[in-house]
Amino acid sequence: MDIMHETGLTLGPATRDAFGKELIEIGRENDNLVVLDGDVANSTRTETFAKEFPDRFFNLGIAESNLVGVASGMAAAGKDVLAASFACFLLCNAYDQIRMGIAFPKVNVKLVGSHSGISIGEDGPSQMGIEDIALATSFPNFTVLVPADARSTRAATRAMFNHPGPVYLRTGRPQVPEVYGDGLDFQIGKANRLREGQDATIIACGLMVAAALEASHRLAEEGIQVTVLDMHTVKPLDEEAVLMAARETGAIVTAEEHLLDGGLGSAVARTVGENAPVPMGFVGIRNTYAESGKPEELFEKYGLTPKDILQQVRRVIALKKGGNFR
Amino acid sequence: MSEVKSRKLDGSRTLEELSEISWRLSRQIIEITTKAGSGHPSSSLSAIDILTALYFGGVMRYDPQRPNWPERDRFIMSKGHASPAVYVVLAQAGFIDAALLPTLREIGSPLEGHPNMRMLPVVEASTGSLGQGLSIGLGHALAARVDRRAYRVFVMIGDGEADEGQIWEASMSAARFGVDNLTAILDHNHYQQTGPVEQVMPSLIPFAEKWRAFGWHVVEIDGHNLDQVLNAFDEVLQVRDKPQMIVAHTLKGKGLSPFEQDQVTRKHGVPLKPQEMETALAELDRLYDKV
Repeated sequence: MDIMHETGLTLGPATRDAFGKELIEIGRENDNLVVLDGDVANSTRTETFAKEFPDRFFNLGIAESNLVGVASGMAAAGKDVLAASFACFLLCNAYDQIRMGIAFPKVNVKLVGSHSGISIGEDGPSQMGIEDIALATSFPNFTVLVPADARSTRAATRAMFNHPGPVYLRTGRPQVPEVYGDGLDFQIGKANRLREGQDATIIACGLMVAAALEASHRLAEEGIQVTVLDMHTVKPLDEEAVLMAARETGAIVTAEEHLLDGGLGSAVARTVGENAPVPMGFVGIRNTYAESGKPEELFEKYGLTPKDILQQVRRVIALKKGGNFR
Repeated sequence: MSEVKSRKLDGSRTLEELSEISWRLSRQIIEITTKAGSGHPSSSLSAIDILTALYFGGVMRYDPQRPNWPERDRFIMSKGHASPAVYVVLAQAGFIDAALLPTLREIGSPLEGHPNMRMLPVVEASTGSLGQGLSIGLGHALAARVDRRAYRVFVMIGDGEADEGQIWEASMSAARFGVDNLTAILDHNHYQQTGPVEQVMPSLIPFAEKWRAFGWHVVEIDGHNLDQVLNAFDEVLQVRDKPQMIVAHTLKGKGLSPFEQDQVTRKHGVPLKPQEMETALAELDRLYDKV
């Protein structure tokens, strides 16, 4: 399945697969690591860890509130804890348990939510995590990572375990384009600048980074040069990179596979509005739940394609120039 | 399954000595909540005899000089509104300075309305959103298994709190993992925020058979009879391969008349007025033959 079929990038592994592979490596290096599952290990890809380290793996059943509570207790007892489930079930079902047991006491629990966004396709909206970034970033003391491809997901997984305190890592189900080659430099809280341009900046996270790159190529054909930032850390936001983009390019478009309310766009808009107001455009899911369908069809219908990004870029550039573009 | 060895109580204090401690701590609960002008004295008084037996009857292993001792037994007050009971016990045990007690609920005080482990690291969990402490206790119990440590985990939950679905998720999974180093105590004081448990959620009663059905070892006792409480702890410490539940029937407000006068909730979340406090303290003194 190639949901970014328009991009010229090579299709790579799914981010959930990349996470599962890196988790095994970390499990071999750190015998203090325990992994907790809500009976979806074969979906989240913690299954291989379970097979190799059965004494450090606990399937707590389909009970996310208890899953998170147990994670909290094990972390308080000194373990390095990872708890994984679907993004929607983990964040929506266990929101209060994350608040009380992880964010508030600031314990060392890493949460991984798979099957994020509408790219899961046919299983439909009950399984789609489209509120998870908003919910995870709402917690004080939290770090929220939304990597773009397999390579950066492996790097994010490793960085997460080297980062003390609560972290939420968002992974996805489908294969995604490879944004990064060798030599990736992944630092939590530091955006990666993938392309340079002076006319506008696209700030994206997750698989929308590939869409942003595709849009930037097409814009270049029109003579419009844009900067592309991979904002893999939505919290804490790299405000320096955002403000530099605002000041250097004077127009910003954000792109995320998430509701516009409370996601990457909201965070960027707050920083921009507070410090360096410039015209902004937002690509994301607009105040609706999606539906079952092929991922490509859903991306088209809900406005998450490179074309949607491109249109927003044209709009903000027109606004920057003082036009009344809508 | 776990590495926890069978333990016997050390019996270092007599029942009379424990009773003396319980009397003093009960008085403190009433006094500090009245001074604070808010809080949950009746929910604390129902729990205090159980906590007295747990901390001072030789059940729990702890060292106030080493609050982070990895082998320490853990206590989690899942019904976090009973924080006054926790604080007076921690002061009595030497974990915190008794001079802090009158600062309950004041800004800047580590003695918050509900236990906060960031403000007061000697509490093992931040609680107050009901239903969560048993899962956290299970996490500690499983960590002991992974780390091959011999500590035990005690979690007190409320009977109203048992309305929360997470209590039953934790009960299910604790039995599945056979954690015999986990003991829960149900403070069955029969009243929740808006009325008697028997009216608000009668389907939970009787409690004991619910946990038996999940595969727990269950003991049912009078939670104000120190001899019965100690015997219950003695019994559960010998249980292998099963979590244990002590269903402790208690009185919300310990039977003191200012609380008993409220026949709907036993003054849930209401401190006594100064005059009521004098009445309650005098009744406590009579109850403990202190007059």
